[in-house]
Amino acid sequence: MRKNLWGLIPIGIALLVWELFIRLNPHALWPGPGTVFLTFIGLLKSGELGIALFKSSIRVFLGLFLGTSFGFLLGLLMGTRKSVELWLSPLLSILYPIPALGWLPLLILWLGIGEKLPIALIFLCSFFPVLYNTLRGIKEVPQELIWASRVLGASKLRTLLQVVLPLALPNILTGLRLEAGMAWRTVLASEMIAIPSGIGAMMWKAESLMRVDVIIVALGVLGLACFLSERVFIWLENRCLKWKSSWKM
Amino acid sequence: MEVQLENVENSICKGISLKVKSGEILVIAGRTGAGKTTLLNIIAGLIPYKGRILFDGKVADHLPPEKRQIGYVFQNQLLFPHMKVWENVAFPLKVKGFKGEALKEKVKEALQMMGIGELWDRYPSTLSGGEAQRVALARAIIGMPKLLLLDEPFSKVDLGTAKRLRLHLKKIQREMGITTLFVTHNLQEAFEMGDRIALLEEGRIQQIGTPEELLFSPANCSVSSYFGNPNVFWCLGQKGLSIGVAQVDLGSFSLIVPWSGKRILKVAFFPWNVYLSPDPPPGPKVNRFKGRIESIERVSSLTKVKVQIGKSLITVDMEESNLREMELREGKEVYVIIPLRWIRTFEVEDGV
Repeated sequence: MRKNLWGLIPIGIALLVWELFIRLNPHALWPGPGTVFLTFIGLLKSGELGIALFKSSIRVFLGLFLGTSFGFLLGLLMGTRKSVELWLSPLLSILYPIPALGWLPLLILWLGIGEKLPIALIFLCSFFPVLYNTLRGIKEVPQELIWASRVLGASKLRTLLQVVLPLALPNILTGLRLEAGMAWRTVLASEMIAIPSGIGAMMWKAESLMRVDVIIVALGVLGLACFLSERVFIWLENRCLKWKSSWKM
Repeated sequence: MEVQLENVENSICKGISLKVKSGEILVIAGRTGAGKTTLLNIIAGLIPYKGRILFDGKVADHLPPEKRQIGYVFQNQLLFPHMKVWENVAFPLKVKGFKGEALKEKVKEALQMMGIGELWDRYPSTLSGGEAQRVALARAIIGMPKLLLLDEPFSKVDLGTAKRLRLHLKKIQREMGITTLFVTHNLQEAFEMGDRIALLEEGRIQQIGTPEELLFSPANCSVSSYFGNPNVFWCLGQKGLSIGVAQVDLGSFSLIVPWSGKRILKVAFFPWNVYLSPDPPPGPKVNRFKGRIESIERVSSLTKVKVQIGKSLITVDMEESNLREMELREGKEVYVIIPLRWIRTFEVEDGV
């Protein structure tokens, strides 16, 4: 708790420096922390911020859910079936390095501008990392532990569910934690470019109206959303992987 | 369960045929890389092989590992790191459908039998080598396997713990009557654990027999060399001294040896169990003789000293530093000490 409080001090100092700077250099495009806070309250009261955040969250959640599910299932299939891995690896190796936003022009043409676009982008940005982390996690489980499970009477399926997947979980969760933050960045970009709703669209509209205070509020909310998503996965990791603290594969 | 291997082979094991009697401990001994672990993995159905494996006379080659009713303690224990000790031990029972209190009761019993009840809630990463070994043993036997495979189970624990665990394991094995294959490269362990020993070298079985058969009648030089070229003598006469000990005439000298009451045919002791002293050793003059150093030969890190006592030659293994300290050289007179507890005898019923 005391550690967390220590972390608040730099934030307080940054706000103070910001306020001082604004007072010394007043400018229409440089709102102070007080102004930004009032804008935040106003956006909350009007419901505009809540609706934008809700829409962005739904897109992030759906995209992440679909990308993670498909990535996990294909990773599982490739990790447990050598032939599938050999067959798909070359194709996936070519597709994986393409950044999710690189697909944007194609997706606009294929899916049109609408709800499907950010979800598809987040799907792409989470699918590949989860796939590779699942595959790596499964491959890193020592063969001898799988043998141990089999000779102790467990079928292939039980071994997969009770030994292989729990041991692959650290890799899978690490992938998810990293991609949750990435999903927020992707949704922001797609909303700014193509969708007229959500946090990104709110920022884009604010830019055209020169409402720097709104842009700063949106950035703050985005930062907080990324932070909270990551904390959720860290909490999950700590809860599911108590055993891992001193074990190395 | 009786286990029979018929001409079993893969890239490492070459045409192995052997039979393990129901309830016996067969030690698979051999140097590192001889194929001992591979043989266990073949029997467990973990790696492909040619040939036939029969359990109680029925062909078992088609059975997957989980259907072979095997308990396996791997060299590195291989406890599941994400499960607590009790969950590890419960694993084979959960597979069989045990649940709730009945499951916990059985796990508690198994842990108490191994003397590790207090480890219940610990993760494997927090256990010492000896503790982990006991957990692995508990996990291997809790499912009442018909065949127990042990791959150098005590190689990672200190000598004292290993000795205690060996005794404990042997007691449990006898009580449960599980047919056991015990892999080791440790000669002392092989002699202590095995009802019979199979010596494996370069994937081939060199000899199978009781420890005494391998020691006193090695099938070839390779077997004899594995057992450290022990000093073996024919017994020319014997006289029972009291319960448990007898005096035997070995031609050039006579020894006090352990005795079970039968006729002693041969007597053996290992070169590393014989001591030399340049001066007369203190204490009673039992199993100590004056001799003369015939030759000193250096073999890798050891020095083999051959000592002539009458017409007999005794080989003694020594460290170079001790040899130098005692200023021993060829032709010098020395005292040979053969401790009673390290002497092994090959006894037969009268009339054999």
